[in-house]
Amino acid sequence: VTFNAPEIDYAGLSPVIALTTGLCVVLIAGVLPRIDRFLVAGLTLATLAATAGMAIWQWGERTDLVSGALRLDELGLAAALIAILAASVVTVLSIREPAAEDAGLGAFYALLLGSVLGMTILASSQNLVSFFVGLELLSIPLYVMCGSAIKREASLESGLKYLIIGSLGSATLLYGFAMLYGAAGSTDFSAIADSLGPGGNADDTLVLLGVAMAATGLAFKISLAPFHQWTPDVYQGAPTPVTAFMAVATKAAAFVAFARLFEVALTDLAGDWDTALAALSVISIAVGNIGALGQDSLKRLMGYSGIAQAGYMLAGIVVFSETGLNALIFYLAAYCLMNLAVFVPIVVRERETDRGDDISAMNGIGASRPLLAWPITIGMLALAGLPGTSGFIGKLFLIEAAVEGDYTWLGVVIVIGTMVSLAYYLRVLAAVWMRPDESVERPAPEPGPMPAIAGGAPGEEAVTPATGVVAGAIPKGASRCGLVVGAGLICAAATVFFGVIPSPLVDWASNAGASIF
Amino acid sequence: MINFLIWAPLAGALVACAVPRRLIGWVACAGSLASLALAIVVLADFDPSGGLQRTFNESWIPDLGVSYSLGIDGISVFLVLLTATLWFAATAWSAVRMPERPRVWFLMMGLAESATLGAFCAQDLLLFVLFFDLMLIPFYFLFGSWGQDVEGDVSEPQPVTASRATIKMIVYTLVGSLLMLVGAIATAILTSDDTGNALTFSISELTAHPLGQGSQDWIFWFFAAAFLVKMPAFLVHGWMPDAYRVAPLPALAVFSAVLSKVAAYGFLRIVLPILPDATVKFQGVLMLIALASILYGSVMAFTQTNARLVAGYSSMAQLGFITLGIFTLRPDGADGAVLQMVNHGLVVAPLLLIMVVLVERAKSDDITKMGGLAMRAPVLAAMFLIITMALLAIPGSSNFIGELYILFGTFQTKIAIALVGFLGVAMAAYYALRLYQRAMHNRLRDGVESREIPLREGAIVGALVACIVALALQPNFILRRIDGSTQSAVASVAINDCLRTGSAGPADKCLADFGITPQTTASNEGGPELQVIK
Repeated sequence: VTFNAPEIDYAGLSPVIALTTGLCVVLIAGVLPRIDRFLVAGLTLATLAATAGMAIWQWGERTDLVSGALRLDELGLAAALIAILAASVVTVLSIREPAAEDAGLGAFYALLLGSVLGMTILASSQNLVSFFVGLELLSIPLYVMCGSAIKREASLESGLKYLIIGSLGSATLLYGFAMLYGAAGSTDFSAIADSLGPGGNADDTLVLLGVAMAATGLAFKISLAPFHQWTPDVYQGAPTPVTAFMAVATKAAAFVAFARLFEVALTDLAGDWDTALAALSVISIAVGNIGALGQDSLKRLMGYSGIAQAGYMLAGIVVFSETGLNALIFYLAAYCLMNLAVFVPIVVRERETDRGDDISAMNGIGASRPLLAWPITIGMLALAGLPGTSGFIGKLFLIEAAVEGDYTWLGVVIVIGTMVSLAYYLRVLAAVWMRPDESVERPAPEPGPMPAIAGGAPGEEAVTPATGVVAGAIPKGASRCGLVVGAGLICAAATVFFGVIPSPLVDWASNAGASIF
Repeated sequence: MINFLIWAPLAGALVACAVPRRLIGWVACAGSLASLALAIVVLADFDPSGGLQRTFNESWIPDLGVSYSLGIDGISVFLVLLTATLWFAATAWSAVRMPERPRVWFLMMGLAESATLGAFCAQDLLLFVLFFDLMLIPFYFLFGSWGQDVEGDVSEPQPVTASRATIKMIVYTLVGSLLMLVGAIATAILTSDDTGNALTFSISELTAHPLGQGSQDWIFWFFAAAFLVKMPAFLVHGWMPDAYRVAPLPALAVFSAVLSKVAAYGFLRIVLPILPDATVKFQGVLMLIALASILYGSVMAFTQTNARLVAGYSSMAQLGFITLGIFTLRPDGADGAVLQMVNHGLVVAPLLLIMVVLVERAKSDDITKMGGLAMRAPVLAAMFLIITMALLAIPGSSNFIGELYILFGTFQTKIAIALVGFLGVAMAAYYALRLYQRAMHNRLRDGVESREIPLREGAIVGALVACIVALALQPNFILRRIDGSTQSAVASVAINDCLRTGSAGPADKCLADFGITPQTTASNEGGPELQVIK
């Protein structure tokens, strides 16, 4: 008896292999008797760097992997790279994060890597089964990470809530997939496309229900309204680095998967579904922007802002065109950078003041902590789509795609949403620059002979933004966030850079978008 | 060189962030001064019949059809010079009286100047929109961080905080700007659909291929929304009173003097050439809005007691005149409008700078609490008087010439509007003199001290006043250079209108009906109007 082992394309699978290996190493490193938080974080970063290296090495390859379950192309790799970027920043953010230390460093970082692995698989899957596996691999670590601050009730509640709602979403998706399979007779995307194509059974009730339920399930993950109710609560309760990760990485992977499902498998149904998707987009823009208006908690605000931003991004899928997909990829990358630039100061201030994630924690940091103030300022301006930042180019790209696809009215809705959003983004900036810093000093979260962390005296310029010279007023505890602040500055700088010289990122996005057309 | 002209202020401000505290202001000034010097060089070399000059063209985002393309023509050359002059004055003023947190202040001033200069030089529609939005952001920080929270007073009872007022201003003005973004994208995409060419936002390309009437109509209002809010025009001026009450005066000086002009310039540079049919169609509506701005602005200006609001509402009335001039769609009206943009900028900036001094002396913004300030301050009084006279457009001033041209143009298009518009001229005299009298004449009030303006500040205002006087003596200096460009700006509208109504026969006659000398446009080779005729 001869057994023909399936041919395995190790090169194509290398990002997945690197992540899996790293995951095991980090998990083992976590149970070593003497663990150093920098060692585990360093290993995580090394894994992510290796994965990114593999992804860049494989950039430009287009082949089927694992008998067609996965597709190696630029689109999937782009999502993987965005997720890796987000995970790297979040790894840095999680150093000294109480949640990570409570949960066990090895476990926390391994879960993070597991989630990235899920995202990589989800974004490159072209089979209903691998799609679902990727989605669950992405979600389950997140449920745990949300509840990882085991000493905080809100965190546990957040984890449980996310678990229940997430499972509901997954179940809906799975049910939808079952119906699609029933109608098309295959789980493979291209086979589904053939079966539903011209002369196929696209109007079958089974198909309609299946697509609707699959879209609903994905909308839960992306947090599109009206499937968004979990978002603000979970975002607020989860440890802030985890919130940052969910806000950007999940969105990137799920959006790419959404795009692949609709534009490869269901592309012939475009005419039936674009109006429904446009309606989802409009509802999300409205709900997200209006919901964010009255929020005092920055994490809730970012949650609602994320709903609105998801609405903008959905416009890239609504038009079912290559420009639309390019715009989506560009926006996802830009969104990742600007959102992280906003979350870094939130994390740092949460540790420095006793106000948690309330807007008042940001009061006066324009004068006392310019190195934190600039990233959040640039991030907020970019989220609002103001020029000079990649947010403007992203909006421009999306609106151009919408107008080109005869969805000018959707472009106008995006613009109106943006106007409303200014009211809450600028409210945060007003706190940053226009209020005095009266933050109450409190000791560091860790025991030990650490000095109290203070925000510096109001009205005093402790650090000059251009030179970065640290004046005497900067408290010692704050400088321990140096790595974190550095990550925020890098994200903000990249946001401005791609706003002024967008061509590299535009080319990258167009490259990714072209891979499925 | 045009790049240096635009980016020198921002570069100066960035360098200023790195120097010791006492040098910050002067380094920022140097950047602004470099820009001013280049603007003067550009003007000195300017060829009045040369069309677009000093062009710079570089592909920026090829996938989206956006190019980084700049150039200066007769309309923008004086506005660039005006911007550079006034910003240098305001930057020097703030260098003299160092504000708190000077690094951020000068950085924002520099960024605002660069963005404004960029808006005047942009020859790509999207680049214009980008600069138009960009110039607003620094003012959010300038007004919000350095503004004052004000109590209510008799005429404006609501108290308002700086951050609320600025958020209101940004939301209002960005409503228009973002709609303009959609309008710009739609224009480019529809044009490329029509012509089959690659997507481009180049203004000259878009001018050469105007859209169909239906598309023009809705796109027109998207652009008009942006420009009318920014001016501000009647009905969309809701942000203006609060913003003027809280704003720090040196920043308000450039804001009021220059940013509103970008809006008027946008009509001339973009709406008229790119959307000629819609312009003709909505000419009457826009003229009525302009007229309403004139009347409402003037009436409000002479009922307000807050000096800042007098300046604000008078600007609104003046911008009404400028809009009126542009929408006469005649070269004389447009000439007057451009001249008036320069005049008004030169008047309102020193007015607001002088107001800094007045408010310090009287310790209040309220003109009923001022009085007698002229007593021991003859130089201040003299400069203020010249500014007042220019503001009310006394015969002999350049403002008079500007308003005259505008009204000439209006008489030939809509005589009724011109007749009512004259009321605005009369009311200007009233509110300008009232402001001057209340502040400077009468007895000295308790707690008000009359002191001369300090030397360095006096020199800055004096230089601007000298510009006003010089312009009064030689308004032709400007008119001669802008004429060619304004003619070609209105020519495409005129011709399209002629062709559409089919009223006139040969193109020359068509142009003559609109007061355009045929030779000028004929020499303007490759201009849009000739292609339309073919």
